[in-house]
Amino acid sequence: MSITTPAAPPRKPTETRAARRIRLTDRARKERNLGWMLAGPAFIAMVAVTGYPILNAIWLSLFDFRLTDPDGRTFVFLGNYATILTDGLFWKQFGVTAIITVVTVSVELVLGFGLAMVMHRALYLRTALRVAILVPYGIITVVSAYAWAYAFSNTYGFVNSLFGLGDFDWFGGTWSALFTVCVAEIWKTTPFMSLLLLAGLAQIPDDYLEAAQVDGATAWQRVKRVILPNMKAAIMVALLFRTLDAFRIFDSVFIMTAGAQSTETLSFLAYRQTISRVMVGLGSAVSVILAILVVLIAVLFVKVFKTDLSQQRGDKK
Amino acid sequence: MKVSRRTQAYWIVGAVLIIAYAIIPVIWIISLSFKEGDDITNNAFLPTVWSWENYKTVFASDLFTSALRNSVGMSLIATTISVILATLAAYAISRLEFPGKRLVLGVALAITVFPVIAIATPLFDLWRNVGLYDTWLGLIIPYLSYSLPLSVYVLAAFFREIPWEMEQAAQVDGATAWQAFRRVIVPLASPGVFTAAILTFFAVWNDFVFGITLTSSEAARPVPAALAFFQGASQFSQPTAPIAAAAVVVTIPVVILVLLFQRKIVAGLTNGAVKG
Repeated sequence: MSITTPAAPPRKPTETRAARRIRLTDRARKERNLGWMLAGPAFIAMVAVTGYPILNAIWLSLFDFRLTDPDGRTFVFLGNYATILTDGLFWKQFGVTAIITVVTVSVELVLGFGLAMVMHRALYLRTALRVAILVPYGIITVVSAYAWAYAFSNTYGFVNSLFGLGDFDWFGGTWSALFTVCVAEIWKTTPFMSLLLLAGLAQIPDDYLEAAQVDGATAWQRVKRVILPNMKAAIMVALLFRTLDAFRIFDSVFIMTAGAQSTETLSFLAYRQTISRVMVGLGSAVSVILAILVVLIAVLFVKVFKTDLSQQRGDKK
Repeated sequence: MKVSRRTQAYWIVGAVLIIAYAIIPVIWIISLSFKEGDDITNNAFLPTVWSWENYKTVFASDLFTSALRNSVGMSLIATTISVILATLAAYAISRLEFPGKRLVLGVALAITVFPVIAIATPLFDLWRNVGLYDTWLGLIIPYLSYSLPLSVYVLAAFFREIPWEMEQAAQVDGATAWQAFRRVIVPLASPGVFTAAILTFFAVWNDFVFGITLTSSEAARPVPAALAFFQGASQFSQPTAPIAAAAVVVTIPVVILVLLFQRKIVAGLTNGAVKG
């Protein structure tokens, strides 16, 4: 798509308007007005509610500010950031968030690829498959979190009796609690991942696979040499979406562990500082750090993505 | 590609496994919601006696019924407004040249990237100052800004597939840009708009963060947030099974939408994400 920038009109409106009675310019101007008329309301709705809170969060993060003590508000510049970044607890929660992100996203990638392959190849049960896949996607995260929390619970759940684990308390230790959170997240979001991968899979021409089969490639070779290289773009998009999402995990942790047993994530920390402890300044700083981290992840992905794609193109030429 | 009968059998096994994977946790919460008395703690997958008791409990509770009303009302309003605004914006983005187009897309992307929790806490302050705290409008507004990027991307992807020659033909025949939009494009685009509406509804229906930070009472608290505060409602018994029943109730609309529109939802998700 080429962007046709209309020539910037000089400062004298009446003269120029007379001089520019050409049909095309007139249309371009109308198009421009219509463009903003149509996109404007959505733009305002997006900016009005997010722009101010974002700027406000950045501003508040520079103060030592407790909601219950508004007079004690003092400007500390980057003091809150220093407090947070030198606090071991923050790094621990960063670690928890990173572990959840890496574990869930990598499991989802493998599992999602399997799901996508089946959906792509199965000739029967296609509708049933689509419906089944969309239920975890559409279900409320809180509901999914409750379902898994109760399933793993040693009072109500069936998991322990199913695997003969007796009274094992999944929520009594950091690692087992994190495991349950990861299971819930993976169950809920793998379908989304698999749908994105399916879109990439559908774009691979069948000829490629037939040719490989004729040449005697095994199923595994076909996956590794033909399918995966040809759906790199879809894989990157799926990974990017899910990583950004997983890094902000909040609902499942809130419901399943409430941050107990050192399972607090960064989003949860931001929530707890601001809402429960009313440390608005400190909480805002956590939010800003979280946002910066998310942006960093996105930038990193796009960078890798770009070099990767151009390399791929270079190989082919 | 030629597929042998044996290979096809493998795919069927795979399909059945996937269906089991997706459905079992849902069946579990349904089964839990029908348990009563000692069954609740029997650690078995199914109840020995199926009982409607928990459903009676939740529907008798103001906490749940008001939350359900809030969720349905706010989700429908937010979805409708969001889809209308997104349709107009996506048309402009995919069809018109205007300065600031990249800005609109950039802002949409920035919002999807920015953590919801980081918006919710400053909004909490702001809403309390302007009187929107704990009101429907106070939730509908953030729902709009957070669902708009998704709808805009999904719709822009759909609009790119529309045969635009028809629009030009209409304009050659003397229609204005607006007429061409309304008479030619709207009918062609309505399947996409519909899909965007479903996806937006899912997103808004799912909200938890705004629900717990921007409400304090039954006046506006949506179901996901209410579920987390359900503990206080029933003092006499463990609220586990009633929570399960409430969870099943709010899952019903999702399942109905999925059953009716699975094909469209899949198309919308894959188009919007990969091409948008």
